[in-house]
Amino acid sequence: MAGSGVILRLAIRPAAATPETMREAVRSAIGEATVKKGRVKLDLPPIVENGNSVPCTVSVESPMTAADHVKAIHIFNEKNPQPNVISIKLNPRAGRAAFSTRIRLADSQTVTAIAEMSDGSCWSDDIDVIVTLAACLEESIR
Amino acid sequence: MARALIHVPPSAKRGDIVEIKTLISHVMETGYRIGVTGKPIPRDIIDDFVCTYNGEEVFRAKLYPAIAANPFISFFTVATESGTLAFSWTDQHGATQVQTATIKVE
Repeated sequence: MAGSGVILRLAIRPAAATPETMREAVRSAIGEATVKKGRVKLDLPPIVENGNSVPCTVSVESPMTAADHVKAIHIFNEKNPQPNVISIKLNPRAGRAAFSTRIRLADSQTVTAIAEMSDGSCWSDDIDVIVTLAACLEESIR
Repeated sequence: MARALIHVPPSAKRGDIVEIKTLISHVMETGYRIGVTGKPIPRDIIDDFVCTYNGEEVFRAKLYPAIAANPFISFFTVATESGTLAFSWTDQHGATQVQTATIKVE
């Protein structure tokens, strides 16, 4: 009985995002722009005890003027069921290109933040996170 | 829809960059969990968040199931003039909740 339950669960378990699907998600968000490392700072705890709620902050070096500002920031992951985490849109009214939220992580993986600038350039930062208790796939009590 | 908590500084100097914090109570059900019946629990998420300052958009976020339950978002804006900040959360079914806060700018 217990064995069949395990098989059932594995069968239904959704396919995880892969580095390839993450690349596709990145392309559909920012197009063909080249992504350079730098200017972006992604802050996540390196070791996560509970993947259900992981504090996450992204900040980007930018004067946030009409001529030079951050248009959008995206966060992607490699191994959750979906590669997208959040996409935000900014304009010079923000004053500072930074935001914080709390995210779910289904596995130990690389998380990437990409910032789109008003001049069309894209900058990124990534961080490897170790997750001990995974989100998304746990049994429900409902 | 749900209870929302917003923190906006009540007053600021003109040109100051102020931090705004928002939290709304919502399950953010991913659609990937299996319920006790063995069937997946249907997805139920807030997928859009917008903040306007006196009617002008200052921040917008598209949320995916990878955002934790009770979505918390904090961000910044320049205090330009006294007025109202409106926050609206829209779920995948199109239901929107709007909440406002006022700021006094000297």
